[in-house]
Amino acid sequence: MCPKLNLSCQTSALSELRSFLQQNLACYTLSDVERHQVTLAVEEVCANLIIHSHACNPKEEIQLEIKDSCEKVIFEITDEGIAFNLLEYEVPQIKKVVEEKRKGGLGILLVRKIMDEIEFESKNGKNICRLIKNFPA
Amino acid sequence: MLQIEKIKEETYDTLRLLGEVDASNSVLLDQAMQEVLQQGTRYLLIDGHELSYISSAGLGVFMSYLDDFSEQGIRFAIFGLNEQVAEVFHILGLDQLIQIVPDKSTAIALPHVS
Repeated sequence: MCPKLNLSCQTSALSELRSFLQQNLACYTLSDVERHQVTLAVEEVCANLIIHSHACNPKEEIQLEIKDSCEKVIFEITDEGIAFNLLEYEVPQIKKVVEEKRKGGLGILLVRKIMDEIEFESKNGKNICRLIKNFPA
Repeated sequence: MLQIEKIKEETYDTLRLLGEVDASNSVLLDQAMQEVLQQGTRYLLIDGHELSYISSAGLGVFMSYLDDFSEQGIRFAIFGLNEQVAEVFHILGLDQLIQIVPDKSTAIALPHVS
């Protein structure tokens, strides 16, 4: 059985997400720093969905499932909100973030730097984002 | 959970962050920074010893003030970050834009660059 979490679309649910990840990542051969980063990347994607695709409506949910194989762990995030394709999002230059005093945009940049692979598919109103982290060789 | 303590000393102000900064509470950090700025700080220090987690929402708050700081000649430094949290700043290259130092005494002794 893969660990699963249904997350209510409100930012106060993010701490629950972190505890869930902390619990379920403990069994993997990741360093403390890697575990922290992977937690952060999954949270960034979920926070994005909660805020931008679901407008923080606590009645809506997103689902997270953790799958693994010998060499990698896969975080599958499923929702039925407005599709947000992480792969098509143009990440801002850090310099631009400072100049424009914008508070967003850094999250997706973090996800791309932390994860080894990102997959996205959207069909029949369902969006699935897969974040993949390879275990250290 | 995030708690913010404000400590005012003669030549600098310190915001001590306790807990985790995420999208649910980064507005508190923003408010605290705003208040210290409005009170006319010349040197703002962030004490990160008790900061166990920060997501992009919190990083974005720091970033959004950098321009104001340099325009107004306000000094800004972060100290005491644990390895995991420091690494998050490093991944984005924010350690190139923000003075990040091990401890308070190093922060205070930083030469004034503007």
